[in-house]
Amino acid sequence: MPHDHHDHDHLSPSGHPFRADNDTALTYWQQMEIAVRELLVKKGQLTSVEINAQIEAMDARSPADGAAVVARAWVDPDFKARLLDNAAAATREMGFDIGPLNLIAVENTATVHNLIVCTLCSCYPRNLLGLPPDWYKTRAYRSRAVKEPRKVLREFGVDLPDTSQIRVHDSTADMRYVVIPARPDGTEGMDEATLAKLVTRDSMIGTGLARVPGVA
Amino acid sequence: MTRVRVKSMFPPGHVRAPFYVRGKTGEVEREIGPFGNPEQLAYGLKAEKKTLYRVRFSMQELWGETAENPTDTVDVEVYAHWLEEV
Repeated sequence: MPHDHHDHDHLSPSGHPFRADNDTALTYWQQMEIAVRELLVKKGQLTSVEINAQIEAMDARSPADGAAVVARAWVDPDFKARLLDNAAAATREMGFDIGPLNLIAVENTATVHNLIVCTLCSCYPRNLLGLPPDWYKTRAYRSRAVKEPRKVLREFGVDLPDTSQIRVHDSTADMRYVVIPARPDGTEGMDEATLAKLVTRDSMIGTGLARVPGVA
Repeated sequence: MTRVRVKSMFPPGHVRAPFYVRGKTGEVEREIGPFGNPEQLAYGLKAEKKTLYRVRFSMQELWGETAENPTDTVDVEVYAHWLEEV
């Protein structure tokens, strides 16, 4: 048996659970999306190829882009200064096509830890980091991050001493945020590409720390 | 730093000032610049430019005695027309 599922009534012959077909009626907004898209194509404003290319461009964005920016900031103090001054311009300078993104970078230090949330909806620096994790959009994360960030961080495995200061950033309007995690000890002399592998998605949201070399 | 209070008003519709900062006092962390007012943009109306600020609130100010750690802070983006100087 390939997997150890126990509910045998709902298993396919391959041992995986069946997934229900999406045979339900379209919602109002799904219908609107299809109607507007088809009209735009029919009127010659856009082609299906262009729409798919844009979807692929969005899917190609990933935390690796942000990790490259963080690694550059770790090795190049002048770049870090530009990143903290105007994160959108500094990111474009590295060649990332982040569109109209208004970006602010905030830096973790020995005494300050930054955490990003959007309490009103799900604002996230998608043009740099790709799509947000599902938990980022939950009511639990959105409401608790501004009320009990230390407890939330402990659940993510980040236990900060009382002497450190937590700065939560609520993306309520036009800005998006990226955390520059603290550079781990034991990384002296590493090149940018190696350093970038230590920078996780969560470390750029603030719910994690950068990986320490040699620790899983 | 300029101390400001978020106006305690409750208009209907699409606004970007979250409930938990209304009536609360904080310090302007930085001015971000003019953006089209989302309260008009959301309805496809011609939007006036409004200045957006980042305002820093202490957990003590936001949550009082139930604050997890009174000196931790939350920075929130708030438009000028929601702020009054104190």
